[in-house]
Amino acid sequence: MVLALAATALVVLALLAEELIPRIEHAWARHRARARRVPTLEYDPGRELRAEQRARQLLKSCVSQEEWQMYRDLGFIRVWGSQVDGPEDAGGTGGAAYAYLIYPHRAIVAYLAQTHRLLNEYCVAFPDETRPYGSAMLPDSDDVLAKWMALTGDERKLISTANMHLPGRQLDPAKVKRDLWRLSQWERARMRHQASSERASR
Amino acid sequence: MLIAEGDVGVVEDEERLIEEFRRQLDAGLWAAVPLEGDLGGRRARMVKEFDEIPRDAERVIFFPRAAGGR
Repeated sequence: MVLALAATALVVLALLAEELIPRIEHAWARHRARARRVPTLEYDPGRELRAEQRARQLLKSCVSQEEWQMYRDLGFIRVWGSQVDGPEDAGGTGGAAYAYLIYPHRAIVAYLAQTHRLLNEYCVAFPDETRPYGSAMLPDSDDVLAKWMALTGDERKLISTANMHLPGRQLDPAKVKRDLWRLSQWERARMRHQASSERASR
Repeated sequence: MLIAEGDVGVVEDEERLIEEFRRQLDAGLWAAVPLEGDLGGRRARMVKEFDEIPRDAERVIFFPRAAGGR
C-alpha cells in the first residue's frame, strides 16, 4: 500500500515538475532581467559633492579669473551681451550695453548695464539624458558652465532655444536688483584691491 | 560634462579624438572650446565639425544640448 502511494506520488511530482520547472525558470529569468534593467542607484551625498567639486574646477579652468571670483563670491556670473540691439524679444536696447546674469539651475536674466532695468528671463535647461548617476540634473557649476559656453559661444542660438518670460517669473526682481548692487560693490572692492596691489608692487 | 584631450599631432590621438568627437555629437551633445577672448576675458566657441577646432586648443568640452526650461 505504502509502496503504491509512494510510486503514485513520484509520478505526480514528475508530471508537475515537467509543467512547473519551465515556468519557474521563466519567472526567474524575468526577475533577473528586471533587476538588470533598473539599476538601484541610491542617493549618495558624497558622490554629489565630489561631482560638484570636479565641476567647480572645470568651471574655474574655463572662465576668466574675474568671472570665477564673481561666481565664488557672489554665486552667479555676469556675461556681456554682444548683439547690437539686445537679445531677441527684449524690445531693443537702442544700442545700450546689456548683460546676462547666470545662476545655477535658474533662469538667465538679461538687464541693461547702466540702468539695471531687467529685460527678460530666459529659462533654459541642459538635461543630461545619459543620467550617469540616476539624475538628469547637472551639478550646479556644470550648469553654469554650460550656460556660459552656450551664451559666449552662440548667444543668439541659446536665447532662441530658451523659453522667454518677463522678469519675475522665476527670480524675484528685488533679489536680482540686490544682486546687481552686490555686483557693483564687489567690482569696486576688486578695483580698489587691484589698485593697492599695483601701488605696493612699484 | 565630458572633456576630450589629446595631441592632434599624433596620428593615433587624432583618430581617437575624431572618433570620440563624432560619437558625442551623434549622441546629441554640444561641443565647445574655451578660448582667450578680448582684454584678458574668456569665451567659448561652439563647434560642429572636428576641423573647426583650433589646432592649439587644449581640450573640447561636450555638454548636454540646451532645451527650453520652465
